[in-house]
Amino acid sequence: MNLFKSGDLLAFVIPVGLILVWQALSSAGYLAPEVLPAPTAVALAGWRLATSGELWTNIAISAWRAGVGFLIGGGIGFAFGLANGLSKLSERLTDPTIQMVRTIPHLAMIPLVILWFGIDETAKIFLVALGVSFPIYLNTLHGVRTVDAQLVEMGRAYGMTPVELFLKVVLPGALPSIFVGLRYALGIMWLTLIVAETISASSGLGYMAMNAREFMLVDVVVLSILIYALLGKLADSVARWLERATLSWHPAYIAR
Amino acid sequence: MTARTFSARLLSPRGLAAAFAPASAPKPQLRAAGGRGASVTLRGFSKSFGPKQVLKKLDLHAPAGQFIAIVGKSGCGKSTLLRAILGLDQPTDGVVTVADQPPTSDSARIMFQEPRLLPWARVLDNVLVGVRGLGKIEAREAALDALRKVGLGDRAGEWPSVLSGGQKQRVALARALVSRPRLLALDEPLGALDALTRIEMQNLLERIWQKQGFTAVLVTHDVSEALALADRVIVLEDGGVSLDLTVDLPRPRRRGSPGIARLEGQILDRLFGAADRDAPTDLHGDLAQELYA
Repeated sequence: MNLFKSGDLLAFVIPVGLILVWQALSSAGYLAPEVLPAPTAVALAGWRLATSGELWTNIAISAWRAGVGFLIGGGIGFAFGLANGLSKLSERLTDPTIQMVRTIPHLAMIPLVILWFGIDETAKIFLVALGVSFPIYLNTLHGVRTVDAQLVEMGRAYGMTPVELFLKVVLPGALPSIFVGLRYALGIMWLTLIVAETISASSGLGYMAMNAREFMLVDVVVLSILIYALLGKLADSVARWLERATLSWHPAYIAR
Repeated sequence: MTARTFSARLLSPRGLAAAFAPASAPKPQLRAAGGRGASVTLRGFSKSFGPKQVLKKLDLHAPAGQFIAIVGKSGCGKSTLLRAILGLDQPTDGVVTVADQPPTSDSARIMFQEPRLLPWARVLDNVLVGVRGLGKIEAREAALDALRKVGLGDRAGEWPSVLSGGQKQRVALARALVSRPRLLALDEPLGALDALTRIEMQNLLERIWQKQGFTAVLVTHDVSEALALADRVIVLEDGGVSLDLTVDLPRPRRRGSPGIARLEGQILDRLFGAADRDAPTDLHGDLAQELYA
């Protein structure tokens, strides 16, 4: 357990070290404030925005967009992944189309999406949903497909109903692969949202950064980027925690 | 380690013997069981896969409670026969009945060559897969009881991945037996185990079969295993029964006893015929030629 704790601390050595070096270089005058403001300046900007409430509303609106888009896109990808993994008919019908749409870089849709939805919430949610659905779809499909056929046969021979077979054999068997898709999708979720907000928005973290650029508030731009990193890490940690909680049977997760 | 704990359990007075005593078993009433075992009857049974006819007009009757072994070369239709008895496959022609009824997934249980445990379910939950139509508490009791019978009562909360191959197969046995089936189908269940574990499992299987009195159909390519366990050995060849041998030896049988050796010779003769028996000599000839070439 001791080892585990020190290992946890070990993860902080590099980020903290980088901030110290950065601060030292700024204080010594090697880094011009209009290029890269000192960590203290960024922290101060953070404090200023936090007390005015601007920071929280922007984080909240971004998180809301990310969450809704993720749920919609993830839900659609998951549903199609399950359907196409379980039914040959469904797969023949929809998979070729999905694979075709998948090859379009979803950010290339931004001009079209703005024309369709303006710079409204719908545009951002649409883009996030689009980006997120494919990794979830692909990995769910792969997971369902690669469920051990011998276990399925066992379930049938032991009289499991189709619902039982799905809940007790297919879904748990597909879960490790689904989690791979989930973590990948979380990364795409942030990427899509920030790009969309940077290009066209009137609120949100991406908008805050773009707006700050217009006023040459470099400290706020840097703050925004750091917040992206923190939120991304947070989402990943939640996914990892979920993974560990549900895959505790997996030899790779036992006794860790 | 496994072997030692296992044999200790077999020998200790509170071990397996006690566990099998009817008094300690809360009897789940799964079906109105007249006798324990279910008879198995195949009449004019044929099965084809496309143009290939695997089994041709097979007639076979196993009375209730018999331990019957089916041996044959690979591809002779052993597993097809087993799947038909379990109701997993429909015959192309002919009739299969288990206890005079068409087979259903409830009438029999199967043990596969692999344990086929759900890796995401604890040992106890894996055994619970075999329970049908019981309340939650009764089901748990029945599953724990079945685990105790195979000597794994203390491993109920473990993940299957930490068990050894033999232990996994014992969990699979508990899962197969927890519903007190009247027919147990065994599809080479010990084939993947090491020789010592296999002997242990054979002993365990024999004891449980004697205690519970179900009908057992064992498919195997191991003739000595068939002879160690079965009342009757059927040799399948060219889609039909080519030898139906009653093994009238006292139990528990001693491996390598003259009686077993004699029957084994008889079966192997049937399987390989006189012409093939010369094959090893030929092989030696080839080897010698290669060596001296």
